[in-house]
Amino acid sequence: MQARTDAELVASCLAGEQPAWNELVERFSRYVYAIATQAFRLPAQDAEDVFQEVFVRVYDRLDTLRDPSALRPWIAQLTRRECIDWKREGSRETPVEELPEEVENELDRLDEAFDVRVELSALSEECQEVLDRFFCRDESYRTIGAALELPAGTIASRISRCLGRLRERLEGRNPVAAASSERRDR
Amino acid sequence: MSTGDGVQRYDEERLGELLRLLPPAPAGWVLAAGELPTARAEIDTLVERAKEDQAFRAALLADIEAALAAEGVEPSRPLIDLLRRRVAE
Repeated sequence: MQARTDAELVASCLAGEQPAWNELVERFSRYVYAIATQAFRLPAQDAEDVFQEVFVRVYDRLDTLRDPSALRPWIAQLTRRECIDWKREGSRETPVEELPEEVENELDRLDEAFDVRVELSALSEECQEVLDRFFCRDESYRTIGAALELPAGTIASRISRCLGRLRERLEGRNPVAAASSERRDR
Repeated sequence: MSTGDGVQRYDEERLGELLRLLPPAPAGWVLAAGELPTARAEIDTLVERAKEDQAFRAALLADIEAALAAEGVEPSRPLIDLLRRRVAE
């Protein structure tokens, strides 16, 4: 099933659909988490407070978002702002308006990583699962094989094949063939 | 990584690196955020009750975390702050 666009998701959330809100949280939870813990390097307890505060603000202010398709940059901005405020509260240093270069670089990398996840979500369930388990959850071939009821020896080739599909999508090469091969892969 | 034609190129190593950048957030955090609409409804109920019952209001302000937990709401700091603000209004 085609995933809802961000704009469609916003509209459904504003209509009070609980599943849409869950989908929004699911779609952006990794992104918010990574901004707090990797870009701003907040400790776990602070990161959790920032994480919850960001989603409270998203929930409260969603109707103020003028361009619903700009949901992602809006959430990124809310998260950055919340992290900066949190750092200021915990520091006696004079606040600096400009972010350090390493934070900006990490935010750029997270944006690119989010683009990759968007394309990942268009692959087959099998590809999504195997790539997520291996790269994002750091599971071994043996663990993945046991979970998916596949010989551990076939996991590496499946990962490689799915990475190929992902690369085709990202590089935009021959999208029709990519979709066709994706169906074959299911 | 980009080439002269402006197209981003992704080899396996680079894709793996980018995928690793977004591990899942802790499940409890995601669950709590997903329950915000329900939590908001519970908070509205608590605020209304506090307006009508001063003894309840005092008990609520004395231990907001326990009051939220009693309603089945995960007492995260933003929700505790929100409830305290609304009851104090």
